[in-house]
Amino acid sequence: MTPDPHSVPFLSLLLVFVSAAFTDNILLVRFLGLCPCLGVSKKVDASVGLGLAVTFVTACTAVLNYWVYRYLLIPLDIVYLRLIVFIVVIAAFVQLVEMVVERLSERLYQALGIFLPLITVNCAILGTALFMIARPYNATQAFVFGLGSGFGWLVAITLIGGIREKIDEKHVPPGLRGPGLTLIVIGIMSLAFVVFSGMIKL
Amino acid sequence: MSVRARDIFKAGLIGDNPVYRQVLGICSALAVTNLLANTLFMCFGVVFTATLTNVTVSLLRRHIPKRVRMIAQVLIIASYVMMVDTLIRALNPDIHRFIGPYVGLIITNCIIMGRAEAFAAQNPPWPSLLDGLACGLGYSLVLIAIALVREPMGFGTLLGIPLPARELWWHSWTIMLMPPGAFFMLAILTWIARSRTGAKETSA
Repeated sequence: MTPDPHSVPFLSLLLVFVSAAFTDNILLVRFLGLCPCLGVSKKVDASVGLGLAVTFVTACTAVLNYWVYRYLLIPLDIVYLRLIVFIVVIAAFVQLVEMVVERLSERLYQALGIFLPLITVNCAILGTALFMIARPYNATQAFVFGLGSGFGWLVAITLIGGIREKIDEKHVPPGLRGPGLTLIVIGIMSLAFVVFSGMIKL
Repeated sequence: MSVRARDIFKAGLIGDNPVYRQVLGICSALAVTNLLANTLFMCFGVVFTATLTNVTVSLLRRHIPKRVRMIAQVLIIASYVMMVDTLIRALNPDIHRFIGPYVGLIITNCIIMGRAEAFAAQNPPWPSLLDGLACGLGYSLVLIAIALVREPMGFGTLLGIPLPARELWWHSWTIMLMPPGAFFMLAILTWIARSRTGAKETSA
């Protein structure tokens, strides 16, 4: 059953957004985008910067990949090429954004510049595209799903950044310092997000 | 096996283990470890991709211009992942339904990209092959260790076979099947591994 592409009730979009951002949080429930998260989440500012960039790229590439998949891969019967095509779309889009941002605003480029190369290999973005095609979404819903996923990632990494700023000053066993402790923090947060879904999905 | 080859192997497997030492590629490490069978298929995919990508990148290292090398590496990785994806679907469609998206995500697994960039781009094919193999196996080692705890504790089974304790007194720990269980397990493993090998600050 595919919804009519021209009339999408607002409520269903809201539902897609909330479920992508919270009950199916891409970082805490789906485990995606962890490497950049562990690397960058030492400070809140950097976390927010990267989070915003990821949200923007995820939302845009979700809908781009939706079009490519729906109007190119399916009609030509080359769905098995989807992995290569998606990663190329994402890499090309990131490159494009980098060039546009460089032209438009020197300050924004300084702020975002270091994050952009990290984004191409952020599995949250490719993951969103792969989860998106597994569901019966239309273009609008795909965009909102991407937006929600990115937003969920932003929320998670910002919270983790805030907690780490405090926790890194404390005395912890040397072996647990850094990634180990962060993983435990993420685990506890994940516990909270899993409860959002209200049921256990296996 | 020459001394150098053995060094490469040991570094990838234990000393510089990609998961707990370099903290790379943990996304998939967590997602597929609630069942040992899923884990084994995933490990196969990563070992296959890591080894062949390293060899290919190493063979082409003089022909790829510096400016486009990232995208060239991504394309090489993506081609191999596509093969693995098709292969797993052919071998076991049920498992593929569950781990399918995560197999696709081997493309963005930083272990493979990281080794291609850090090792294969500067070394001849034979050591690169060993390096890819060792890192793939090091990754598998950690994944299997996590799965060996999560599946028995969560389901009371191992490779789908019920363990005797399940009938008698064991109550499944549902948390082990859920994402938090995976995070805690990896944290504990990192802790143990780092304490044993001397805590060197190597956060990514």
